[in-house]
This record gives sequence, structure tokens and C-alpha cells, in this order.
Amino acid sequence: MLDRAGLPAKDEATRRVRFRGAGFVPASSRYGGWIALALVIAIWQAAGSTGLVNALFLPTPSAIARALYQLAVSGALWQHLSASLLRIGVGWMLGTAAGVAVGFAIGLSRLARSVGITFISALFPIPKIALLPLLILWLGIGEEPKIATIALGVFFSTAISVYSGVDAVPRNLIRMAQSFNVPFATIVRKVIWPGALPAILAGFRITASVALLLVVSAEMIGAQYGIGAFVLQAGNLMQTDQLLAGVVILSIFGLAVGKVIGWLETRLLHWR
Amino acid sequence: MDLIANHITHRFGDLAVLDDVSFTVGAGEVVAIVGPSGCGKSTLLSILGGLLQPTSGAPELRGAPPSDSLNPLTFVFQDFALLPWATVEANVEFPLLHTQLSAAQRRALVDDALRRTGLTDFRQAYPKQLSGGMRQRVGISRALAVKPAILLMDEPLSALDSQTRELLMEDFVRLLADGGMGAVYVTHNLEEAARLADRIVVLSRRPGRIREVVTVPMTRAARGEVAAREKLLALQNQIWSLIRNEAIDAEREVQHA
Repeated sequence: MLDRAGLPAKDEATRRVRFRGAGFVPASSRYGGWIALALVIAIWQAAGSTGLVNALFLPTPSAIARALYQLAVSGALWQHLSASLLRIGVGWMLGTAAGVAVGFAIGLSRLARSVGITFISALFPIPKIALLPLLILWLGIGEEPKIATIALGVFFSTAISVYSGVDAVPRNLIRMAQSFNVPFATIVRKVIWPGALPAILAGFRITASVALLLVVSAEMIGAQYGIGAFVLQAGNLMQTDQLLAGVVILSIFGLAVGKVIGWLETRLLHWR
Repeated sequence: MDLIANHITHRFGDLAVLDDVSFTVGAGEVVAIVGPSGCGKSTLLSILGGLLQPTSGAPELRGAPPSDSLNPLTFVFQDFALLPWATVEANVEFPLLHTQLSAAQRRALVDDALRRTGLTDFRQAYPKQLSGGMRQRVGISRALAVKPAILLMDEPLSALDSQTRELLMEDFVRLLADGGMGAVYVTHNLEEAARLADRIVVLSRRPGRIREVVTVPMTRAARGEVAAREKLLALQNQIWSLIRNEAIDAEREVQHA
């Protein structure tokens, strides 16, 4: 029988223990972000439409949308976007391939670690855009120095995230594999690669931003086409609606890359 | 196949961990290693299994392993060491991937190992979806898949709650019952040692030396009987009296570290 002895009588005065919290667990609302964004755009539009803000300095969202539409219709949008995408795509892939190879070498080889970390530590802090004039001297005026600048920027961040990821693979898993006489190549393929993948994908997020930053900078310094060149040109002509249209394109590109990486994480890291 | 610890001494830098440890684990025999914290039990097991080079002495094998054994000395790890990105089935198959076995042969071994550990219905689960006890069953299943001659178990139950420990201990007793497989069982838990081992190697405080080798005076099958419990308890008390003072010293040393 359940022992109810000691429970208070109905008329007995008691005080309830006050709930003091269950830790800080900020839950994000599904629509909160969109509502906030819509609200900001509405206020921005109202401020511009009523003349509260000078349209030359801050064009309204509708003016930016019109500029975007005109860019798309005229074909200029694709011309600039395709130039930037090509540079980012080639530069990012080259930098990533080299960074993954070097990162794994540093993570797995004592010799590569001692040499590689020294060079990476010395060269990583250099703003890669500062090397663009030198790369132009070496590679000539054209796509190559811009792609090389992006590849360099991506390479260092990728190499660091890859060897950090390799270092973070639990040693007990490697010992386990060794205890079963699993060959080195299989350990790399089946233990170290999947174990390092979370860090590598996190690195991709950073390198995508680095690539975007460098492509815009490089295009501002020396390019006829590209989003960076377009934004600079619009700024020089005081076409702020066009300028902000370029910025919106960059923002959309960044969001799209983030979504792709998020999708990759969901697909490849579902075990977490 | 016998496993021999032949005058094993080990140092980590200036720290002497093991000092001239020698004993033999016969075919099908279960030897437990007990001792105060930090006495080098896990280090000794790593050396016996070829995961650590001793400073001097050597682990040696005598006789041939069973012809079907794919990995005669096989570890069961304290922290399970499961690949978190692989399913139960893939974890059990992992040590077979580099062998010459066909996919069908691998599948048969995996099926058998999963069946023996009661994991058949969980083959598609990921480690994060399993309880600690089930994870260790995956570790045991993986070990069984390679048909070991000797299991090297490094405190395999210490990360588990008492009820799960009891259930897994029953599994160990069952798996080791036919004598086809021997084991070296490192533990802090004297009850586990007395329950499972044929002989118990008692190590001294660091540097670990063999203080005594205690033979458990009854078959493993007989230890489940009520009459045996008193004898086992007496045996545990005997071993505890050997290591109690050193365990206290070791604990103080750890606290001061």
C-alpha cells in the first residue's frame, strides 16, 4: 500500500518550493528571425519613403530591389556574378585541396608537423590581399593572381582546421584500430578522416567567408567584372542603390554557402 | 596459446611504473590483475597486448593460436572505443575489413558475434543511441568477431552502473565458460576478479611488482552457488588485506598530485 502518512491535511498551510530555473537554455523561435527581419525592412522602407533618411546615403529596400531587378534583366548581374563565382570556385577548391593534403600531413607526420606548423604560424597572420600586387608581378594581370590570392587565404585556414581536426580524433580509437592490426591507410580512411570531418566542415564555413572577402577585395583592386568591381564602381558613381544591390548579392551568396555546408553537416555528421 | 609476461619493467621518464613483472596466462585461463590505483595494471595490459613498448622485458606467446583466430590478443576497452559514426554492425565488422575474408564470411562472423551478445536487433543503431551497457556489448561483440584466443579486458565494467555490471558479468562468465578463450582481466573490483578469474595477480603500489598470485579454489561454474559466496567473500577479504594499506597510500598520493 502506498504510504501517504505525513502528507499535509487539506486545511494545513504549506508553501510551495519556488521554481528557480533549469539552466539557461535559449530556445530560438521558428519565425522570430523572419519577423524581426521584416520589421527592420519595414522601418527602413518607411524611413526612406517619408524622407527621414536621405536616399543617396541609404536607399530604400524597394529601390535596392528595383536595382537588383534591373541588373538581372540587363544581364549585368550574371556577368559580374559568374566572374566572382569562377574565381571563388577555382580558388576555394585549389586552396582546400592543398590545405586538406597539408593538414593531414601535419596531423599524421612528425616531420611534416615540425616543418609545416612553423611555416603556417609565420604566414597565416599575413593579410593575403597584401600579396596580390606580388602575385600580379609573378602571374601577370588576369584571373590567376586573384584566384591565387583566394587559394592562399583558403589554404591556411583549411590546413589549420584539418590538422586540428586530426589532432582531435580520440587517441583511443586509433589504439583500438591498432589493436586489431588495422593498416595505417585504413586507419586514416576509416578512423581519422571521419573523426576529423566535423572540424574540416567547420573550417569550410570559415574558408567560404575568407574566399568571399578576398574575391571582393581582389576585384576592387583590379578587375573589370565581378561583384567587388561592381560595388566599387557603383560607389564611385554614387549609385548607392546599385552598391547595396551588390551587397545583397554577397549576403545571399554567403547564406547559400552556409546552407550548403549545413546540408553537408546534416548528411555527413548525422551520427553526432 | 599461452601469453607470458616475461620480466616486464616499465618507466614513464623518471617514473617507475612496473618492476620485473612475470606470469603466464595459459590457454583458456582467466587471470585477473588487481592492485592499488596507479600500480600499472592498465600499463601492463597495454604492454601485453602490444600497444606499449616496455622499458625492458617482453610479452611473449607460446604455442600457436587457434587456426580460425583473426586476432589472437584482442582488447575490450574501458571506454568501449566505438566509432561513433558507424552503426553497431559496422563497428563489429571494422576489424574484419582488412582481412582476406569475403563479404559473406564477414557477414557470418558479424551475425554470430551480434547473436552471442544479444545485439542482433540493434545492428543498425549508432553508439549514441545505446546505453553504456549496450555500448560495451558492442565492444565485446567486436572482440568476439575476430575469434580471439585471449581477451585483454581493461576495466571493462568500470564505466557502468551496478545493475549493468552484473548483467555483463553474467555475459563474461557465459562467454568464457567453455574454456575456448582465455582472458586477462584488469579491475579495481575484487568481487569481479573473484567471480571471473582462475588466478588473481595482486600488484603492489607503484612501481607495480607482483605481491602474490592467488588461485581461486573453485570452478567458475561453482561460483554462482550460495555455498560458494562465503568462500569468495573470504578470498576477497584476503586480497583486500594485501592491498588495503597501499590503496590508502595510493589514494593520498593521487590527492596530493
